[in-house]
Amino acid sequence: MDTRNQVMMLRQIQQLSFVAVELQLYLDTHPEDQQALALFNSNHTELIQAVRKYEQAYGPMLSYGYSPNMQQCWSWVDSPWPWEIKY
Amino acid sequence: MWVYEKKLQIPVRVSAPDPRMAKYVITQYGGPEGELSASLRYLNMRYTMPTGRAKGVLTDIGTEELAHMEIVATLVYKLIEGAPMEAIKAADLGSHYADHGRSLYWENAAGVPWVAAYVSATDDPVADLHENMAAEQKARAVYENLIHLTDDPQVKDVLRWLREREVVHFQRFGETLMYVEDFMQQKKVF
Repeated sequence: MDTRNQVMMLRQIQQLSFVAVELQLYLDTHPEDQQALALFNSNHTELIQAVRKYEQAYGPMLSYGYSPNMQQCWSWVDSPWPWEIKY
Repeated sequence: MWVYEKKLQIPVRVSAPDPRMAKYVITQYGGPEGELSASLRYLNMRYTMPTGRAKGVLTDIGTEELAHMEIVATLVYKLIEGAPMEAIKAADLGSHYADHGRSLYWENAAGVPWVAAYVSATDDPVADLHENMAAEQKARAVYENLIHLTDDPQVKDVLRWLREREVVHFQRFGETLMYVEDFMQQKKVF
């Protein structure tokens, strides 16, 4: 099982997602910061793009309808689950 | 409502199985200053906070703590994975194994199960935000203790990252406290 490509894509998503979390927390206490808001939205676009690309190969990343299931079968239940990934 | 992302917030690696370290690390899963305590504390307090910012901060940090709980769980899982029975017993994890096998469980490093008394909520936003700031400091301190307990550089990396997040959370709660105190003052004027 070659997880190297999966790990590479996950690492990129983790980095983009981390920026989103940091900006979210910052904006919660600085809601007037226009610069941060703009950054949040551009990061969002990049993040979604990376997530959709990942999902084409590895199945949905978000549950409850926020990600499509692009494979022929319900790939949500496929291994590896996050705690099983060998980085 | 919560949506699950099928990914860890950061990569988690261990250099080798280490059930002894797993026994210590599990305290940040189910111990008093662990991620379960943190997430439940903040997610519970948010219902009666007086300002939108406070509700936002508590919801968002509480949610991030669930992601941290998953990271700690993964650390414990990987530290125990593949360890032979002899290593489990030598690490003094036999008591845990008797009740739970290799399964995780919400307990501290001594095996004491999680209890709601680890979290508080007074409905006084000033008191509650101070509690949160103290909680973040305590979590930071425990991560430092755990870092001292291992030589595995990959485990140290994960613990250091979690420790840094506690410092950022402390900062956000400090800012929230300032806003809340202003808000409470304004209320008093009228």
